[in-house]
Amino acid sequence: MNMLRDNNWVLSVGTFLPMLGVVVMMLMPKAQDQAVKFVALVTSIATLAVGIFTAMNFDFDQAEKMQFVAETKWISVIKSSYLIGVDGISLPLYLLSMVITLLVVIYSLDHLPNPGKPKAFFSLLLVLQTGMAGTFIAQDLILFFVFFELVLLPMFFLIGVWGGEQRQYASIKFFLYTMFGSALMLVAFLALFFKTGAESFSIPYLIENGGSIAKNVQIWIFAGMFVGFAVKVPMFPFHTWLPDAHTQAPTQGSVILAAVLLKLGTYGFVRIALPILPIAAREWAPYIGGLAVIGIIYGALGCLAQSDMKRLIAFSSVAHMGFVMLGISTLTSFGINAAMFGMVAHGLITGMLFFIAGSVKERYHTLEISKIGGMLTQMPRLGWIFGFCCMASLGLPGLAGFWGEFPAILSTYNPAAGLNVTVYRVFMVIAALGTVLAAAYLLWLYQRIAFGTPKNNSHDEHSAQEELHDVTTHEWLAWSPLLIGILVLGIMPNLLFSVFDPAVQVTLSVFGG
Amino acid sequence: MNLFSSVDAEVLAPLTSGWFLEHAWLIPVVPAIAFALIILFGKRMPFKGSELGVLSMLASLVLSAGAGYQWIQRVNSATEEQFVDPVIKSWTWWQNAGFEFGIGQHIDGLSILVLFVVAFISTLVQIYSLEYLRGDRRYTHFFAALTLFSGGMLAMVLADNMMLLLLGWEIMGLCSFMLIGHWWEEDVNSKAALKAFFTVRVGDVGLLVGISMLYFAANDWTRENLDVSGFSIRGISAWALSGEPNSTVIMIAAIALFIACIGKSGQFPLHTWLPDAMAGPTPVSSLLHSSTMVVAGVYLVARLYPVFFVGLDIPGGGGNLIVIIGGITIVISAALAFVQNDIKRVLAYSTVSQLGYMMLGLGAGAWMPAVFHIFTHAFFKACLFLGAGSISHSASHHSFDMKRDMGGLRKVMPITFATWIISTLALCGVFPFSGFFSKDEIIDNVGHNGYGLFMIIALIGAFMTAAYMTRATYLTFFGKPRGASAGHTDHSAHDAHDAHDAHAVHDSHDAHASSGPHESGLLITVPLIILSVLALSSGFLNATPFGESWERMKLWVEPRAAEVIDETHSGGPGESLVVILPSAEDSHSKSVCGSAQPEKGICYAPQLNHAPFKWLKAMMSLAIVFLGIAVSWVLSFRLFTKRDPRLVGLTQRVKILGVGHKFLVNKYYLDDFYEKIIVRNIAGPIASAAYWINQNILDGIIHKIASSSRLISGWVYRNIDQRVVDGAVNNSASFTKSVGTAAQPSQSGKVSQYGALLFSAAGVAALVLVIINT
Repeated sequence: MNMLRDNNWVLSVGTFLPMLGVVVMMLMPKAQDQAVKFVALVTSIATLAVGIFTAMNFDFDQAEKMQFVAETKWISVIKSSYLIGVDGISLPLYLLSMVITLLVVIYSLDHLPNPGKPKAFFSLLLVLQTGMAGTFIAQDLILFFVFFELVLLPMFFLIGVWGGEQRQYASIKFFLYTMFGSALMLVAFLALFFKTGAESFSIPYLIENGGSIAKNVQIWIFAGMFVGFAVKVPMFPFHTWLPDAHTQAPTQGSVILAAVLLKLGTYGFVRIALPILPIAAREWAPYIGGLAVIGIIYGALGCLAQSDMKRLIAFSSVAHMGFVMLGISTLTSFGINAAMFGMVAHGLITGMLFFIAGSVKERYHTLEISKIGGMLTQMPRLGWIFGFCCMASLGLPGLAGFWGEFPAILSTYNPAAGLNVTVYRVFMVIAALGTVLAAAYLLWLYQRIAFGTPKNNSHDEHSAQEELHDVTTHEWLAWSPLLIGILVLGIMPNLLFSVFDPAVQVTLSVFGG
Repeated sequence: MNLFSSVDAEVLAPLTSGWFLEHAWLIPVVPAIAFALIILFGKRMPFKGSELGVLSMLASLVLSAGAGYQWIQRVNSATEEQFVDPVIKSWTWWQNAGFEFGIGQHIDGLSILVLFVVAFISTLVQIYSLEYLRGDRRYTHFFAALTLFSGGMLAMVLADNMMLLLLGWEIMGLCSFMLIGHWWEEDVNSKAALKAFFTVRVGDVGLLVGISMLYFAANDWTRENLDVSGFSIRGISAWALSGEPNSTVIMIAAIALFIACIGKSGQFPLHTWLPDAMAGPTPVSSLLHSSTMVVAGVYLVARLYPVFFVGLDIPGGGGNLIVIIGGITIVISAALAFVQNDIKRVLAYSTVSQLGYMMLGLGAGAWMPAVFHIFTHAFFKACLFLGAGSISHSASHHSFDMKRDMGGLRKVMPITFATWIISTLALCGVFPFSGFFSKDEIIDNVGHNGYGLFMIIALIGAFMTAAYMTRATYLTFFGKPRGASAGHTDHSAHDAHDAHDAHAVHDSHDAHASSGPHESGLLITVPLIILSVLALSSGFLNATPFGESWERMKLWVEPRAAEVIDETHSGGPGESLVVILPSAEDSHSKSVCGSAQPEKGICYAPQLNHAPFKWLKAMMSLAIVFLGIAVSWVLSFRLFTKRDPRLVGLTQRVKILGVGHKFLVNKYYLDDFYEKIIVRNIAGPIASAAYWINQNILDGIIHKIASSSRLISGWVYRNIDQRVVDGAVNNSASFTKSVGTAAQPSQSGKVSQYGALLFSAAGVAALVLVIINT
């Protein structure tokens, strides 16, 4: 594969810069809360600056090629090397992780969840950032796996320490579930390694040689990867960790989980599973599509059954990621483009919805939908932002969510050659019905929370007035990039599609299309 | 007619165009910009942003009037049977993987007509709202949403491709939601808003599916023949008439699209949202829910007419999905209008019924009369709604209850009364009011095109329309004043329903109320007068009874079914020269468009028939209308004023009538069916069941695995670990042991324990690496 190796330091710096911040924080005395926050903020700004530098030097005319490629020996005994690079598929996600981390840090400056401990909290956020960014740039399966697992630990602690009442249960469930998937994934990686002659773990190498593995073996290897990635996405029926993790996680954890972590799974499908094992992918695709549409309907029904706002948003992720997986399952470049767009759009929109849920919890001290009402009267700005995000989430054209959803439905009408057209057209209709349910649960949620007259909570009048303040400066700072992103990508979807497209075309070239 | 007897193709002079036609895309852009400005700066403006709204609508109106004028010139520059090319401009919005999403304008007679109507009614309604919503707590938001709505609708109307159309379509839905729920403090309003958005969204599934199907079915053909994508409206139209489409595919696509139109245009069985939408402020009902937004579905059918024409075999006669739905809608909604006490609900059901006429016309091949009915209906229905608003604003103290708070208003509100009567006569289809020229034409052509049964249904509908409007008029303007109109302003008597407009001017209006019922101010009456003048006169723009020279609208708007050869694509020299292929000698069916596969060129519009006008038929339908008025007048007088004992309480005494009445009052139990059976079951038991599966089966399996592995790990610990000291097993045991913790959420632990767990997990991973290493 053709690779560009100019400026090959930027990715390593961008990925490991947060670790430098962690080291600095570790050296600081515990009491210095403000200084810790400052270091965290500076680190994440610097990281994003490196990310923007990367994007500015990225050759968008050659988005299909790996760029900024760096390669050094790593664990030579297992022929794994430190091989990194970005192309049009990974660059937007790489940047997304940096943006989200910065916004979460800004939000945390005055929304530190109990029990405080800023030093540990910000350190974990930055470690998480390294893991996420690393996963998107890794071009070696072992490296990918290490980063993929690195993400788990900080998230586990974020949920387990700063989470809600059932944080222990949720964090362990999250951890073990993902571990279970990862174990199978690792087995699949090893099998892949040995079946391609134990030469290399490098993804470009495996893409070239993976196709020659016998069909039966491919199908089994794919199964291992499928479980690993599907748990992360999460796809029905491997999703049950998600509602618990989201509900119990602190706001910051939920935002990162929804905005970036879930994409590690879908990204894995596009980057690793599909191109390396094309024959198996074609066999698996209808089942993936089937689980995806089940997820769409099932997630929506799950939403309708919720009485907790945050849990509802968590279930909506299951439905939305269903659209992403449906796009991937078509094995067409248009479908995968839609899926990639859907990942970013879902990251912005659902991330934003979790931010709002966090602020609602902070103000009303509850997320029980029946106890909240009349938000538009009490906090008109928050109510409007919430309405905007609900509309974006239900796929209103002109906002980002639509371009992940409708193109996925459109592409399902005509899947790649060799897939059963009738089955996919049934999927299309079911997915289209899913958009109705999406409108139902989101608008119903909005109606109950924002409309009507405020409910009298048990608080005395005065303190309630004090707490129900509208959007604060920190919140504006953290939210406006997301809100602008939702609008801009909705109006100019080509900003993203043109970056994805060349890389997706190359990825799919293994399907001979 | 010499032209058509010649055998050779004749090259015609190019059509004229002009600045307004070329720049018609500005028409929706202006309100869109105004919307952004109102949102950003509206509250700081001297008139709270309303001036931006009104000005932008005036600008759109001027632009669409200019475009209309130049379109007429363009039509005049063509020969009599020449296809007048629409003015199409398109830009690539974005493209990838071979898919191209464009943005652009498709300007022809139909789009100009609707653009003009939308801009015109929007302008008047915004002016009216200046007074009607004065002092409203969300005045700026109201104008912002109203302006955005106009922008969305205008964009939908001039869209050159299905994606832009979908964009406008959904923006309208959003604005409808925002405006119905404008006073969202009250549960009724927010529920109505939700219901409207949701019901329309159900139909939108059809739009998504239909667009996808058409794209994939048409794309290859349109790329090859017209060099446009399968989203292009022009491309899809030509493809549908090319004889190329598979009849099943195009039929399913047409049905899918029609489902979307059922939702948007309030057709049976998805009409139930529209009457509830009356919870919104009256200007909203007037603009969105009678004259413009709800005709979007009708517009879509008219816009993509070739698809429906071929897909549903419209020339075949007898019956098809569109006429059946349209016919049912006309009658069932007209029947419901009889049992309403809320004046706006009467008008809402009347709107549903009139939309049924439009659909019926389109379904039966009466394209031109149906489109003309969009035009005339917009004026008289907007006028009726604004009239109802005028009454509630100045006479009935924000009540819309005809039986309780109105009556005898003709004396105190002479202008409102006069405009109401004119519009009512137009709605009933009385000669020479505008409704006559459109509705009677629909009825006539439906019969002429072989849909005899549906002509009878339409005539029954005409009778019912006349009757329920007479009843409403009688209750409102005749008889003795009652309730608020009689000067009683009992605030405590307001229940949640009739107070739904009470927010409008809550504070400033109490001063008015004390002065009793009176005529409204100029900002309200001037729009009423303008609309009623048009309700009276607009029919003459296509006055079929007076001969062909009066059929201006047909000349300007109806696309001509002519085969077109576009020289630019067949490789000829020069700029898109339009060539007509004369076909048969028979001057009545000159074109093969829609009836057979065009041999050399491309058809953009199907060949339509027009019923020759006969005064005898018109007299018959007029007689039916007058009969309806007379019967209803006598009954209303006897029932409401004389309290005739034979009529009062009739529904209690005669069982069959009582059952029928109850059936109507409950709206055929459709709402109950949707809300209590479908929605409640999905949101209730079905969602709960799915969630139960989630918690008990899927999670149950996980918990089972966890607890059993805890048992196993305990066994391993006791029986193996204690005897064989083995690092690897030890690690996995502590690893699985912790699984047990997952099964017991109540068992709390310390962070350090999880740290230990993590390191043991990392140990496993390290071990695997070591094993491979050796």
